[in-house]
Amino acid sequence: MTAVHEPRQSTFHHNDEHPVGHGRMLRKEDPRFVRGRGRYVDDVQLPGMLHLAILRSPVAHARIVSIDTSAAEAAPNVKAVVTGAALAAQGLAWMPTLSNDVQAVLATDKVRFQGQEVAFVVATDRYAARDALELIDVEYDVLDPVIDVRKALAPDAPLIRDDLEGKTDNHCFDWETGDEAATAAVFAAADVVVSQDIVYPRVHPAPMETCGAVADFDPVEGKLKLWSTTQAPHAHRTLYAIVAGLPEHKIQVISPDLGGGFGNKVPIYPGYVCAIVGSIVTGKPVKWMEDRSENLISTGFARDYIMRGEIAATKDGRILAIRTNVLADHGAFNGTAAPVKYPAGFFGVFTGSYDIEAAYCKMTAVYTNKAPGGVAYACSFRITEAVYLVERIVDCLAYRLEMDPAELRLKNFIRPEQFPYLTKTGWEYDSGNYEPTMRLAMEMAGYADLRKEQAEKRSRGELMGIGISFFTEAVGAGPRRHMDILGLGMADGCELRVHPTGKAVVRLSVQSQGQGHETTFAQIVAEEIGIPPADIEVVHGDTDNTPFGLGTYGSRSTPVSGGAAALVARKVRDKARIIASGMLEVSPDDLEWEKGSFHVAGDPGKSVTIQDIAMRAHGAGDLPEGIEGGLEAQITYNPPNLTYPHGAYICVVDVDPGTAQVKVRRFIAVDDCGTRINPMIIEGQIHGGLTDGVGMALMEMIAFDEDGNCLGASLMDYLIPTSLEVPDWETGFTVTPSPHHPIGAKGVGESATVGSPPAIVNAVVDALKPYGISHADMPLTPSRVWDAMRGNPQPPI
Amino acid sequence: MQVTMTVNGEEVTREIEGRLLLVHFLRDVLSLTGTHWGCDTSNCGTCVVWMDGEPVKSCTVLAAMAGGHEIRTVEDLAHGAVLDPVQEGFMQCHGLQCGFCTPGMMMTARALLDRNPDPSDQEIREAISGQICRCTGYATIVRSVRWAAMKEASA
Repeated sequence: MTAVHEPRQSTFHHNDEHPVGHGRMLRKEDPRFVRGRGRYVDDVQLPGMLHLAILRSPVAHARIVSIDTSAAEAAPNVKAVVTGAALAAQGLAWMPTLSNDVQAVLATDKVRFQGQEVAFVVATDRYAARDALELIDVEYDVLDPVIDVRKALAPDAPLIRDDLEGKTDNHCFDWETGDEAATAAVFAAADVVVSQDIVYPRVHPAPMETCGAVADFDPVEGKLKLWSTTQAPHAHRTLYAIVAGLPEHKIQVISPDLGGGFGNKVPIYPGYVCAIVGSIVTGKPVKWMEDRSENLISTGFARDYIMRGEIAATKDGRILAIRTNVLADHGAFNGTAAPVKYPAGFFGVFTGSYDIEAAYCKMTAVYTNKAPGGVAYACSFRITEAVYLVERIVDCLAYRLEMDPAELRLKNFIRPEQFPYLTKTGWEYDSGNYEPTMRLAMEMAGYADLRKEQAEKRSRGELMGIGISFFTEAVGAGPRRHMDILGLGMADGCELRVHPTGKAVVRLSVQSQGQGHETTFAQIVAEEIGIPPADIEVVHGDTDNTPFGLGTYGSRSTPVSGGAAALVARKVRDKARIIASGMLEVSPDDLEWEKGSFHVAGDPGKSVTIQDIAMRAHGAGDLPEGIEGGLEAQITYNPPNLTYPHGAYICVVDVDPGTAQVKVRRFIAVDDCGTRINPMIIEGQIHGGLTDGVGMALMEMIAFDEDGNCLGASLMDYLIPTSLEVPDWETGFTVTPSPHHPIGAKGVGESATVGSPPAIVNAVVDALKPYGISHADMPLTPSRVWDAMRGNPQPPI
Repeated sequence: MQVTMTVNGEEVTREIEGRLLLVHFLRDVLSLTGTHWGCDTSNCGTCVVWMDGEPVKSCTVLAAMAGGHEIRTVEDLAHGAVLDPVQEGFMQCHGLQCGFCTPGMMMTARALLDRNPDPSDQEIREAISGQICRCTGYATIVRSVRWAAMKEASA
C-alpha cells in the first residue's frame, strides 16, 4: 500500500510524456468541449423538426374532471395535442418504473404530484408549443394531498394509489436486513446506548443540462431513432421495446454528450415517451427539452429518509451494534432506480467501516403526493444515506463518551487482516486498510494542531468545528446472480477491434456524463495491449454501435465496464501472442510480453510490435493453425462482487456567532479507490462530489408546503454551491487494490458525495458543542443553525 | 421584427419574434450551439456570451436588445487552430468534465483576464460566482484561469 499527499498539478503537460497506459493524461474529449463543439441533445437539429411542451399539474392531488384541448388544437403552428385519454386508447397511458411499479405517462384519472404530466403539445417551435399549453383547459377536482410523510399511513390519510387494484393505504414496501433478535440482545447488555433521529432531506441532482429527447420515427422503415439524455441507453432501448411494443432492433437510442447526470438521467421519464409518441403521431422529428423548473419538480429526486439511529457500545468506546428504523418517502410512484432485489438500494451497508457484533435495519416506504425518484445524486444506491447515518451516530457516541471522534473511529475499524470481511448485514467487503487512510488525513489536516486552535478559539467565544467522516462504499453493481434491473442482468459488454495499421476502436456499453470515459477507457486498453491511448477511439452512447450493458450510475463504469475493457484487451493480446509466435517461429510459450510487443524469451532483439501483429492478422500469408484473420474480441463481464472503496474526510468550519453563517475553511479528502487509472480525472471526481456535499449539508433541500407546492422549483429557491461557498480542496490517496477486479480498480465517481456530508455536519455540530448541541439536521442554513444555537434544533421536515 | 447585430465579427440580419431570447437566437437561428442554456432564472450562467466586450447571460437578453451590438461566443474564442490560453488552461488543469458550463466559464474568464491579467484566486472565484458548475468543484477552474494568466504573462 502507498500513501501519498497529492501535489497540486498545474504545470504544463503534454500527453506524449505518458504514451501508454495508466497515469495523468489530458482528456481526449476536451478539445471539442473547449471549442463549443460538444454535441448535447438540445444541439440536435433535424430538418422539419417540431417541438414538444408538456402541460403539468398545478396541484399535488386532484381528480381530472375534464380536459378541453380544442382551443390549443386550433392555435396556429400547433401540429398535435395529446392527452392521457388518447394514450390510453393505445395502451400507453401507463409505463413500468424501474422498480416494478407503474407510472402515468400522462395522467388519466388523477394527478398525484405537482408537476405531473397531463397533456402535451407539438408545434413548430418551442415558443408556440409553450403558448398552446395556456389554451388547454383542465378542470380539476382538488383532493387532500399527503405531504407529511409521517402521516402517510394514518388511517384517515387520503389514498393516493387507487389505480392499484385492492390498494387501501399509502404503504409502498417494507424491508429489513440484519438480525433483529441478536441486535436487541447486544443493545440490552451494552454499557452505553445512544439514539438520534436523523433526517436526510429530499435533494435533487440538478445537472446543468436538463432532461430531454429528440425522437425521429421513420414510418417506412418502422425505425425509431431517439437521442435522449440517458445514462443507460441499452436498458432504455429494451424498456421502450417492452413499453411501446416496438421491435428492439428497430430502436436506436443515442445518448450523445451529456451535461452531467448524477443519477438524474437513469429513469425513463414520461417526456421521453411523449417525444416518441409525438414523432409517431406527426411523422416528424420531435424535440422535447424540459426547463429547469420541470427538471426540479418532476424528475428523480434523491434521499428523503427519516432515520432513527441507535448505537450500542462499551463505556471505553468499543462499538457493539447499530440499529436503525427508516421511514422512506418514495413520492407518488415508486420510481427507484436500483437492482430489483434491493428496494432500499445498498442502504444495508449502514454498518460502515466498523467491526461490530450485530446490526439490524427496518424500513417502511410510503407513497406521498410528491414527485417520484429516490435513487439519484451520486448516491451509490442509497449509500449516501447509510454513510450519513453511521457517521453521524458514531459522532453522537463520541459526544456522549467525551471521546475524540478520530480516536473512536480508529479503535473500531475493521482490521486489514479481516478482509475479505463479511458484515452483519451480509456484504462482503473485498479489501481495505483503513487506519493508514485515516492517519494520512489527520496528518494532512494537522489534526492535533487544529484541536489546539479550536480550544483557544472556544476560550475566546469563537465557533470553530472539526468534522470527520470515514466511509466504505459498495459500488460496481453487480453480480448478475444477485443484481438486475427489471430482469436485465447488471453485466457490461465491451468490444475491441485493432485495425490493420495498429490503431484500435473500443466500444463500451456505459455512457459518460462528464467522467471522461473516452480517456480512461483508452488508458485501460492501452495499459493491457500497448497501443497508445491517442490511437484508441472510444465509442459509447449509441445502442446500434455498442455492445449491450446497463450503463453508468452507482459508480459502476470502472468496476464493471472497466473490467470488461481490460479483459477484452487481454483476449486480443492472447490472440496476438499466437500470431506473433508464427511470425517469430517460436512457441507462444517462449514469448514475453513487454507493453506493446512480444519478444523471444532471452532474445529481446527478436520481437514484433502489436502494430506488426495487427497488419499480419489482416494481411496476406498464413496464420498459425486454427487462427482466424483479424484482431478483435468481444466479451461480457459479470463482476464476481462489488468493489469497496473507502476514504477519510476532515472538514474545518467556522461559524459566525452573530449571523450563524457557516464557512467551510478547509476540507481534506483522502480516498482509496484501489488502482488509479488517471489521477487527474479521479481528483476531478472527488472535487465535484465534495461540492455536492457542501450543497447538501448547508444549502440544498426540495421542500414542500402543506398543499404540496414544491418550494424548490428554481435555482433561486434550490441553492447550489458556487465558487464562493467552497474551499480549495486538499486531496490525498492510499491504494488498496480490489482483489477480484481485473486491474484492481474500484469505483470513485460518488465517493465524495457519499462521504462529505457527514464530515461537514459533524464539523458544524462540533462547532456548536459549547451550546450543548449533539445533532442538527441538514441543510444547515443560517436560520437553522441559529435555531440550533438557541437550543431549538428542528428537523427540516 | 428585423434585427441586425454583429456575431463573432460577422454582421447578421434576421427576422425574429420580439420575445426571442438571445440564447435561442444564437442556438436555434444561427446554429451556434456552443452557448448553452441551463435555467430560467439567470442563476446558472451556462449561457454567458459577450455583448460589447462584457459578459452577459444570454437567457436574460432579448435578441432584439442585442440589435446594433457586438456579440461574441465561445466559437470565436480560438484564433483558427490556435486555442486561446483560457481554453488551453481548462484542458491542462481539468477545468471541465461534462463541458456544459465550460463555454460560459471560459467567456467570463477571458473577460476577467482582459481587465486583470494577474487575478488572485479570490478574484477568479468572484468573477465566476454567477455561474454554476456541478462537476468540478471550482478549484480546477480557478487553476485553469491561473494557468492561462501565467501563460500570457510569460508570452
